[in-house]
Amino acid sequence: MSELAIPFQTLPRTGGNLTHITVPPLPDAERKGLTKKEIAADHPTWCPGCGDFSVLALYFKLIEKRKLHHEKVTTIAGIGCSSRFPYFVQAHGAHFIHGRALPFASGVSLSRPDLHVFVFGGDGDAFSIGGNHFSHTARKNIKMTYVVMDNWVYGLTKKQTSPTSPLGFKSKTDTWGAVDQPINPMKQAISAGATFVARTTHTNPNHVLQMMEAAMDHDGFSFVECLSECIEFYEGAFDASNPRKGGTFTTVPADHDVTDEIAAYKLSGEPFPGHFGIFYKATRPTKNANEAGVNRAAMSKTGGMKDWQILQKTFDRLK
Amino acid sequence: MSDATTQAPVSGGQQKISKIHETIIRIAGNSQDGIQAIGGFLARLAGRSEQDVMTFMTIPSTISGGPSIFQVRIGSGEVLSAGDEADMLLCFYQHSYEDHISSLKLGGIVLYDSDHVTPKPEWQDNYRHVGVSISSLTVEAIGGTGRDKGKNIYSLGLLAKIFDLNVEKLTMLVTERFTGKDPSVVQNALACFNAGYNHSLDNLLKTYQFYASEKLDRHQVVMNGNEALGYGLIAAGVRFGAGYPITPWSDIMELLRRELPKYGGMFIQCEDEIASISMALGGSYAGRVAVTGSSGPGISLKTEALGWAVMAEMPLVIVDVQRGGPSTGMPTSIEQSDLNIVCFGGHGDSPRVVIAPSSVEDCFHTAIEAVNVARKYSTPVIILTDQAIATRIEAFEEPNLEKLCQDISPDLAPVSDHKPYDLTANDGVTRHIAPGTRVASGKYPIVTGLEHDELGHPTGSSKLHTAMTAKRRNKLRKLALELPMPKTYGPNEGQILLVSWGSSQGPIREAVDRARSVGEAISGLHIKYINPLPNGLDEIFKGFRHIFVVELNDEGLYGYGQLAGVLRARYCDARIRGINKSDGLPWKVKEILERARTLASGK
Repeated sequence: MSELAIPFQTLPRTGGNLTHITVPPLPDAERKGLTKKEIAADHPTWCPGCGDFSVLALYFKLIEKRKLHHEKVTTIAGIGCSSRFPYFVQAHGAHFIHGRALPFASGVSLSRPDLHVFVFGGDGDAFSIGGNHFSHTARKNIKMTYVVMDNWVYGLTKKQTSPTSPLGFKSKTDTWGAVDQPINPMKQAISAGATFVARTTHTNPNHVLQMMEAAMDHDGFSFVECLSECIEFYEGAFDASNPRKGGTFTTVPADHDVTDEIAAYKLSGEPFPGHFGIFYKATRPTKNANEAGVNRAAMSKTGGMKDWQILQKTFDRLK
Repeated sequence: MSDATTQAPVSGGQQKISKIHETIIRIAGNSQDGIQAIGGFLARLAGRSEQDVMTFMTIPSTISGGPSIFQVRIGSGEVLSAGDEADMLLCFYQHSYEDHISSLKLGGIVLYDSDHVTPKPEWQDNYRHVGVSISSLTVEAIGGTGRDKGKNIYSLGLLAKIFDLNVEKLTMLVTERFTGKDPSVVQNALACFNAGYNHSLDNLLKTYQFYASEKLDRHQVVMNGNEALGYGLIAAGVRFGAGYPITPWSDIMELLRRELPKYGGMFIQCEDEIASISMALGGSYAGRVAVTGSSGPGISLKTEALGWAVMAEMPLVIVDVQRGGPSTGMPTSIEQSDLNIVCFGGHGDSPRVVIAPSSVEDCFHTAIEAVNVARKYSTPVIILTDQAIATRIEAFEEPNLEKLCQDISPDLAPVSDHKPYDLTANDGVTRHIAPGTRVASGKYPIVTGLEHDELGHPTGSSKLHTAMTAKRRNKLRKLALELPMPKTYGPNEGQILLVSWGSSQGPIREAVDRARSVGEAISGLHIKYINPLPNGLDEIFKGFRHIFVVELNDEGLYGYGQLAGVLRARYCDARIRGINKSDGLPWKVKEILERARTLASGK
């Protein structure tokens, strides 16, 4: 009975457990940081002038600046124009299904504490089809950085109303103008329990980089809403936030307390263009840390035993 | 107790002892009476006494209360099913008595709680009635708190006396079960047990004694199918999983959530079914085969992500503990109606692997096999089990854990170059490298649900789509070549071949044994590897005049069930017909044989 038809296949492996991954040391651990050329992969398929180019360029800059290596970065996305992101980055990446990038990324983050997990996506992925996952990933505080390139429209499917489209926006599915109250991504993130909530816009590259870097350094679920104009289907959507188009770019007031949830919520309610910067930042244990704690407690009782011996102990009680 | 023929030497005057090979006891009450506990103790005792055992239970899908039964069949020889008819009915209420008397064989014993049951005069002739005021005697035994909690343990004492069970072992089991709670709980339990055991039944019932079982080389372990599957996954090396609660899958996720941290692993409860398969896929992508699972409705929700796993060629184990469907259906009933969705559910051409365990013991080994197939062929593998196996308790020889436990942690050693979807690979099978692996060429792979080139980058090329579709199909054809051919149970020639899958294996074997003993040329064939099927089943079919696929699902629009449909499509053999039912209960041996005879006779 115990003859297995498909036996175990030996593959070399690292050993260790999920919370203590052993990564083989590299011969040249002191290698130089990557150049932009080394990080760039496919040429982006975005329309010329799309705001997403700016986000991609700044992601490269972040990798360059922080001397992250190819294999240490994992780029994950769902479906949408912006979700094509992983193909353009020369690093491990996954292009998952629509709306489910966050739970997929959570699987990577929880089982691989040695990696930087970045998720890129659009407003449809984040707040419509993936809305449920956004709330739960935020409340569980799973360590990763989530950059939502918000263009207020469905671009890949050619101009339908998005959950962030403002009232009155004329799309192919609301030819008379959008009638549903749009989602406020900042309020959504704060009320869901995200521990890092920031807002930026593609027309201010230095600010985008600053926000992404702060998000990456945050120990927990860090969310950045980056306004990213869809030149094809919603041209001029963010002009009011772009000084070059006669708009105003106003950063979060200097006296804003980022640990004050209510103040952050109020800031989120400002009419467009509102403020840019870190709205909210809290220190709360990550799920990664909580699960590692559960494991430490459990393993303190089984420490030193081989896996089969632990299972044997359980089976002894089932006799 | 059909073979209660041998009269053992009578000891102590009027007490008579009959030797038996096996017995079937049905315990009927309400779900909060702890009747599962009695059955559980009997099963564990059988396991420790080197006896074979199988149980069957029904649970109401209400939150609390409602009629419930637990049937246990204990034997000194091999036990293949929970039994058609009971030898004894232990009933606590009038409704338990009236609803289950029909499950008792003629001449069987009704052991009833005379505090709640009034026997019917018209049934007195056909069944032996023995009344004990179980409720009031329980209250008396534990000092009269006015509550009859503990009557299950009192009844266990009665049964221990009637079947001459090993009191020492039972006492130990009861003590183990309640240890850790308030000491008075153990005390009360033992008081109930002893009161039941010492209740005088001398003049009412004779004592039955089991023939000794053969000595086994190894100890037996006793557990249900969900437990065996959960522990099998742990033995297979699975250390990450995600799920969402749904009956009857929840037991497995609870077990993994509880046990995995001991091994440095984790199981995550997600916000929904889609998140759980997505998170498990993230875990698999991160380097080692992960697990998710569900039952009917949850499997429907997971199919889009399952399609991604096929396209991205990501290893994953998905457990489907089937229940009655469609929609919310019959959450606590037995049905085998998910075969089509697990084999074919989803859009596009998406071949995947489906393996169906046939017993509790098989659940343990199937879990390991599923992980090995997922790794070797870089594919999602579905373990298709059902409510019958999930909840029934069996005793089986303890597996050699030292030999079977595997380490499947990822290999992160640097590689010179890597193409995840290499079309020129020798065996055509994708091998992913986990993130964290350095690629010296500087070209990193993307895993994706878009049709892709060899590096995982999107393509609109019809040539590549054709080649990649063939790649995903051909690797499972390769797997089919590796699958063992099932063997017929009974001779490989005859009149009728009864084909089974999943939990029906036991009843089919018993049906074959019973038919063969009266000279009928009936054999059985059990199919474990559902998708892909092993090659050459047609060679087996050739030896029989009729091929009946026995399934716990509907006969459908065209008169045959889901596996029968697959076999007919594969072999274009009109002799393949279906024996189906959808009453939510396991097969009775009698039922199978009657249906097979009728179908064969053309009536």
